[in-house]
Amino acid sequence: MTLSLFALQLLNGVEYGLLLFLVASGLTLIFGVLGVLNFAHGSFYMLGAYLAYFIGQRTGSLAAAVAVGVPLMFAAGWLVERLAISRLYGRDHLSQLLLTYGLVLLFNELQRALFGNEVHGVATPRLLAFGLPLGELQSWPAYRAFTCICCLFVAAAIRHVLLRTRFGMRVRAGAVNPEMVEALGIDVRRLLSVLFSAGTALAALAGMLAAPLTTVYPGMGEGVLIVSFVVVVIGGIGSVKGAFFGALLVGLSDTLGKVLLPGLSSAIVYAVMAAVLLWRPRGLFGQPVEAR
Amino acid sequence: MTLPRSVRAGLLLGAVALALLPFSGDRFWTQFAAKVMIGCIYAISLDLLVGYAGLVSLGHSAFFGLSAYLLAGLANGLGVVSPLVSLPLCLGFAALAALLIGWLSLRATGVYFVMVTLALGQMLYYLFSESPRLGGSDGVSIAQRPRLTVLGRTIVDLGDAGAAYAAIWVALVLSFLLLLRIVRAPFGRVLTAIRINEGRMRTLGYATGRYKLSAFVLGGALAGLAGYLDATLYGFVNPAQFGWRQSGLVLVTVLLGGKGTLYGPALGALLLSVLEHFAERATEHWSAVVGAAVIAVVLFLPRGVASLLEGRGG
Repeated sequence: MTLSLFALQLLNGVEYGLLLFLVASGLTLIFGVLGVLNFAHGSFYMLGAYLAYFIGQRTGSLAAAVAVGVPLMFAAGWLVERLAISRLYGRDHLSQLLLTYGLVLLFNELQRALFGNEVHGVATPRLLAFGLPLGELQSWPAYRAFTCICCLFVAAAIRHVLLRTRFGMRVRAGAVNPEMVEALGIDVRRLLSVLFSAGTALAALAGMLAAPLTTVYPGMGEGVLIVSFVVVVIGGIGSVKGAFFGALLVGLSDTLGKVLLPGLSSAIVYAVMAAVLLWRPRGLFGQPVEAR
Repeated sequence: MTLPRSVRAGLLLGAVALALLPFSGDRFWTQFAAKVMIGCIYAISLDLLVGYAGLVSLGHSAFFGLSAYLLAGLANGLGVVSPLVSLPLCLGFAALAALLIGWLSLRATGVYFVMVTLALGQMLYYLFSESPRLGGSDGVSIAQRPRLTVLGRTIVDLGDAGAAYAAIWVALVLSFLLLLRIVRAPFGRVLTAIRINEGRMRTLGYATGRYKLSAFVLGGALAGLAGYLDATLYGFVNPAQFGWRQSGLVLVTVLLGGKGTLYGPALGALLLSVLEHFAERATEHWSAVVGAAVIAVVLFLPRGVASLLEGRGG
């Protein structure tokens, strides 16, 4: 393998990892703060991709799809949280798991009813349909680079919101002691709604950005969901920083695994997770205290 | 745990009805009942983990699948047809896998445990679906079903639907009685106590890790029994049996029925199959119906359908 080919795989791994981060960051925050193990998170990714396909086809623009789709999915997340998830706060993880499993079945059928079982392609935006030269023979698609930049921008935004704003402060406080936050006169219920909706919108955004790269197909959310769980476990539940580094680790090991160990490519991610857990049972950045 | 009298009567009646069903001559419903009974074994094996030991495993399908695949491998590759050889081997293999997976995943607790079992199960799924030597995504058909031959005469041929049905019935009754015995025994009481307060049990001097691992291995072996019977009944194994959807479905069965009761999950297996059957006839989007039913039960019957049978809701 030439050096430039290796660099190309490395870049692809980083790009895959950054997309995973968008999904995993919502998953880890929703678990860390709301205490909900959200299986429907992958469905939001899938719905995002289908929205990119649907709106993109009507308007011919992926940017328009993102501009319309993200607020739409934010609203959808709000609705799901208000109608279903919010009824289960304080109940055990099992009921929540069961509920979100039911939601997955519903969303899958919704997708089948609206879009059918075919695989759909989504065009790369024309502005970005060129390759960045890499070495003498290879080139890296500009759209992948664009995706990386978008994800990094979102990651920086999440970090800023969590660490530097009043809302982020409340979210962090709510994760530690929701009763106390409530007692201080803060509307925790609204806080949780916003957080859940934001997580939903992030997952959908990841789906939209990934749509031109992976095509759009039924069940696409489930693979991403499971891998995102792996990311969350590696990084430590509730830790956004952990999700970031976990996602990069998973993205790189998956992509490099495909090149170096083609027969075992899909299993390698899980082997990495097992290794991390043997070393640190609560993930790289997990809190040593018992999770709620 | 003592079963309420109405439940005991219901179970007895159900067992008798299931025993008599093949004599009706209705092949469709007999096959349907066989599928439900396998689902019952699968669900109660997980109930030991979830409902008693408090171990929420989302990788339970691994043991079902491994046992089923081993049966296929033994029959196709080595020509082993005697259930006296294949059954202990398959169950032992499932138990061994449970020992390994359990040892690894029990290092994690709570929701980490859920996710680790999920990921390990998924790893097996990819291993089997991507490896052509293990049948790939198409799965494997079993050339010869298990049959017992003594001195050249076939005594039991599990390729025959009636014999397979009888074997499944016996397996279900024995598994149920075994688990009922276990959860009433000191071992089961310790498991329940660990679920409620593991720290206290450790302080009292119980090696809680060993108890949990034993439960995990036992549950895995029984899931292996379900897998063995499934492969015997259908003569076909496929990697989807490893998938997280399968694990999720068994877990849903347990919770829907009511965890920690044994009869609840068995009832859940029956109800889910019946619901699936009729929803399938009514609409192409039957799994949406199942999804809605699952959501309704979570919201309105938090302790599962079994809580309806207990009276007083207690």
